[in-house]
Amino acid sequence: MITSLQRRKRAALAVTSAGLVAALIAGCGGTTKGSDAASDSGGSGTEKTADPNAPIKEGLKIAFLPKEIDNPYENIVDKGGIAAVEELKGTGKEVGPSDASASSQVSYINTLVQQNQDAIVIAANDPNAVAPALKDAMDKGIAVVSYDSDAAVDARQVFVNQADSEDIGRSQIKMVSEQIGGKGKIAILSATPNATNQNTWIEYMKDELTKPEYKDIQLVKVAYGDDDDQKSFQETQALLKSIPDLKAIVSPTTVGISAAARYISSSPYKGKVVLTGLGTPNQMRQFVKDGTVKEFALWDPEQLGYLAGYAAAALASGQITGKEGEVLKAGELGERTIGKNGEIILGPPTVFNADNIDDYNF
Amino acid sequence: MSRLREVLSGRELSIVLALVVVVAVTTAVNPSFLNAQGVHDLFLNASIIALLAIGQTLLVITRNIDLSVGSVMGLTAYLSGQMFIADQGTPTIVVVLAGMALGAACGAFNGALVAIAKVPALVVTLGTLYVFRGIDYGWASATGVHQINADQMSPSFLSFGSGSVLGIPHLTLIALVALVIAAYALHNWRSGRELYAIGSNPHAARLAGIPAGRRVFTAFVLSGALVGLAGVLHASYFGTINASVGTGKELAVVAAVVVGGVAIFGGSGTVLGAVLGALLLTTITGALPILGVPAFWQRAVDGAALLLAISLDRAVMLRLAERLRKERSLRRA
Repeated sequence: MITSLQRRKRAALAVTSAGLVAALIAGCGGTTKGSDAASDSGGSGTEKTADPNAPIKEGLKIAFLPKEIDNPYENIVDKGGIAAVEELKGTGKEVGPSDASASSQVSYINTLVQQNQDAIVIAANDPNAVAPALKDAMDKGIAVVSYDSDAAVDARQVFVNQADSEDIGRSQIKMVSEQIGGKGKIAILSATPNATNQNTWIEYMKDELTKPEYKDIQLVKVAYGDDDDQKSFQETQALLKSIPDLKAIVSPTTVGISAAARYISSSPYKGKVVLTGLGTPNQMRQFVKDGTVKEFALWDPEQLGYLAGYAAAALASGQITGKEGEVLKAGELGERTIGKNGEIILGPPTVFNADNIDDYNF
Repeated sequence: MSRLREVLSGRELSIVLALVVVVAVTTAVNPSFLNAQGVHDLFLNASIIALLAIGQTLLVITRNIDLSVGSVMGLTAYLSGQMFIADQGTPTIVVVLAGMALGAACGAFNGALVAIAKVPALVVTLGTLYVFRGIDYGWASATGVHQINADQMSPSFLSFGSGSVLGIPHLTLIALVALVIAAYALHNWRSGRELYAIGSNPHAARLAGIPAGRRVFTAFVLSGALVGLAGVLHASYFGTINASVGTGKELAVVAAVVVGGVAIFGGSGTVLGAVLGALLLTTITGALPILGVPAFWQRAVDGAALLLAISLDRAVMLRLAERLRKERSLRRA
């Protein structure tokens, strides 16, 4: 009786100590890994100078975080980005929230930090809402690249811009002016009232309109469709009704332009009101062919993602740090020089019309 | 005289009055709000939400609710897109029937959990709101088809969504047919009256021999089929589908039903009221940008309109109850 009790005690002690040893080993493992991560962060942190000849590390983990997970445009960008990462022998993945509200990305950033990703590539829903979480990520040595819609300047290392915002804004006005013969009332159908990219373009559009050659064009209203089909539809209806002599609608957002095109194509305004802006060829093919839309523009989103993927890998490997004047080697796209505020520009947008739309599939 | 009062105190009339005020004010500011195209747009905008409201009314009358409507609608819209990807020549009628069948299946799932497993509808449908949306996203990412565009659908399907007969859009005609059938059935059929009895007092209904479980289950299936139809119509109307179609629609539908005078605790209300509620709310949303209300304020105004409608309703109800009480005590004395 007594011996069996003792034996049981001894057995319990053995189990406990085995458990302790296991916990200790695990603990040590954790610590070692942690210090590795810490020295890594020293390597790629903003303090260090860039080493242009540093090789791209293999096995980098890079996450792409779009505004919302089913944003068709950003899905294509991320596809290009993941292709770039795989070309560099890393693993890329796309994660994101189901709605594009200001704070919805924050929990995703936190999760990516916990997963020890090497880089986060983000299209920010709101420049400031994501800033604290992104700064936290950079403190932990994670490279942060923004694309499409920028985060606060100090909350990312580089911003991969599709085209110069100024170019986009000004070229929209040029495009609409050509289609309406340089005269008449125009309106803008934007996304949400606080979208960074939209507002920057709209500012440049307004500035372009002050030039003497556009003196006969009046921008009468900026409407917001919130990147929602029904809302964009109703805003389009309201624009057409409240401004009877409206000549053109410029919609620099893919959701807005396709909703507006769908409404106009089945209304008496078809052929009377010009619609142009930024859209994907697949989305707009139907409406270019039926004559609702003559011409619209966009850059190749896959190339944008490809560039962002390369920028993220170069940052994580210490090739660049995001300072002005550094040169990014971006695979088949060639080289890009980093501009002011860590901005890298892809190139001018492509204009699509009935002649070339079938050459593109995105 | 009493009959006149009965009609005048009807909830439907007050909504019609509110609608007239909104339309009159907006038209005064901008006359084109009420031209042929304007009226066409008003009805078109309300049609899909009206279909959802009819289905929701069937449930709310029985003291149930379906919060998963937005997700079911998204799922069926996405299904119709996928059918066109499989074969662009798929006949419209096949897509419509498939969408309704999928919607009815989702409704049956909700209905089974509510009627057989006896879980409160609010909890069940809150759960399936996420489950169905998850399936939708899962389907989209598994097939890699994040968006289905107009040029991938059949032209007859698209013209079905945007077409009209004698100036009345197809979508509005469909909503009207659904309204007439549902209103007739609820008013005249025995099973229709039983839905009111179930919502009014579930215990009494069961004691009176009404097969409450079966009726509630059927209401969920019918409502699901209507939601499925709405999803397919959304696809044909907008011509662009992704996995997030219908997100947040559940609240708009519940709002339309409540504004339409359907008691949220069951037992009273009509489908006509709910449809008018849907028409009123979408008309307000359409009128705000024309009236020049800044984008930032539009949602707040929407919400304020809802609160106003409900508070007015409550005030009228209280006064009515007070009067009935007085009349009763007078009679007793």
